[in-house]
Amino acid sequence: MTSMLLENVTVDFPIYNAKSRSLKNQVLSMATGGTIGSNSDGHVVIRGLDGVSMSLQEGDRLGLIGHNGSGKTTLLRVMSGVYHPSAGDIVINGKCTSLINISLGIDPEATGRQNIAIRGALMGLRKRDIAERQQEIEDFSELGNFLDMPVRTYSTGMQLRLAFSISTVIQPEILIMDEWLATGDEGFKEKANERLHDLVNKTKILIVASHSKELLLKNCSRIIWLEHGKVRMDGDAETVANAYFGPS
Amino acid sequence: MARTTSHKITAWEDVSSSIANFQLAAMLGWQDVAQRYRRSSLGAFWLTINMGVLIGALGLVFGTIFGTPMAEFLPFICLGLIFWGYFSQIINDGCGTFIASSDTMLQLPVPFFTFILRTWWRNTIILAHNLVIFPIVLLIFAQFVNFYALLAIPGFILVSLNLLWVAVVLAILCTRYRDLTQIVQNIMQVGMYVTPIMWMPNHLPGKASALMMDLNPFYHLISVIRNPLLGDPGTGLNWLVVTAMAVIGWIVALLFLNRYRSRITYWL
Repeated sequence: MTSMLLENVTVDFPIYNAKSRSLKNQVLSMATGGTIGSNSDGHVVIRGLDGVSMSLQEGDRLGLIGHNGSGKTTLLRVMSGVYHPSAGDIVINGKCTSLINISLGIDPEATGRQNIAIRGALMGLRKRDIAERQQEIEDFSELGNFLDMPVRTYSTGMQLRLAFSISTVIQPEILIMDEWLATGDEGFKEKANERLHDLVNKTKILIVASHSKELLLKNCSRIIWLEHGKVRMDGDAETVANAYFGPS
Repeated sequence: MARTTSHKITAWEDVSSSIANFQLAAMLGWQDVAQRYRRSSLGAFWLTINMGVLIGALGLVFGTIFGTPMAEFLPFICLGLIFWGYFSQIINDGCGTFIASSDTMLQLPVPFFTFILRTWWRNTIILAHNLVIFPIVLLIFAQFVNFYALLAIPGFILVSLNLLWVAVVLAILCTRYRDLTQIVQNIMQVGMYVTPIMWMPNHLPGKASALMMDLNPFYHLISVIRNPLLGDPGTGLNWLVVTAMAVIGWIVALLFLNRYRSRITYWL
């Protein structure tokens, strides 16, 4: 059973200035008994998330909204297992994939084919899994002979096609997305949209952060509104979207 | 492939899952080397050419200064410089391992030890490139390795185990304290001169050897891998110290990683 449970998740970011990043200054402040150190060590803590609790079950389609800096990306990172909460608990049951930045791990000097292998391995695919899907990825990207060229020779659109084709080949139980991914020219956009919808429909739990009301209403059954790292509102998509965006 | 993260991932889980998925580390490490080949057909062999020139020049200069026969000195300095390059490159790269991988670490829950293994693998491939110089040097002086050369294999494994734990500890510390990298570079630079790399142990007067050799961990590390290839098994003390360092070092490194693992991404 796929599920995700967050209990009072709090994330504190330590902000280090150049002084507290320096070992020399830490040692010196030890020697001075901490009197000067306490003024100059600059341990500022920013609270990224503050006591966020939620429970997601199979079939949930969760949207995240909130202004810039409200903690959306931090929450997505906690959910994908990158940040360990400073306080509180998170329990994830299921294979989780985050499509926050799909261009990750794309090496401009390597060819398209080599990049498929690198990115696939980073996402946790074994060699034979990649080999099985290689053809599918290549066909989908429609890059043809360019797959044997270094990625630096690609146009931006072509790079995105490649990244998209690789990233969406996996079949996660929990899918985490930062904004909708569809990219490229008109023809590809349609195809990409279709594939993404397919992926979203097959995944058991979807979590998507977005600024688009239309998109959220279309894909989500539930929306959480984050403000200053706290849950400001949690409810069905329609109600929260209207409260946040204003009724249309 | 259900995964539960209700608890902190322990250092042990991190290390064992990284090793289980070594093909990821190997692929990333190989890509780092492959990048050198993309725009130049000699690729990583450029490093080997540099190393060869360095060995030739330093070998001639120091061999002449010390009045040591070239047939003895050149194979010695050849292995010394190659292995020292390997040590110092892993340790220096180790410091920046997490910082250099921060994009990936902030996005995918890849176990952290994978990135350490990547650094190790990349440098091991480069070591393999550089090692081709050694048979050439032996050939020039019509020498051959003897049976003890086989000991270089356990020697290499012990050396790698030691380098890996040092890299784990330094990667964590250097992510938190960024100026530590400079200190480490400095230590490695000084280490090259106080360790018998460019001079031979028998060049030292008797008294100095205790401090510069027996108390120098690098001396023991290089001895278990260099001496066998030069036809001498190394001393029991060499093997004992290197084994003890590997065991104690790994215990410390695992405890350290366990304690700070969940903080590392916040320091990036």
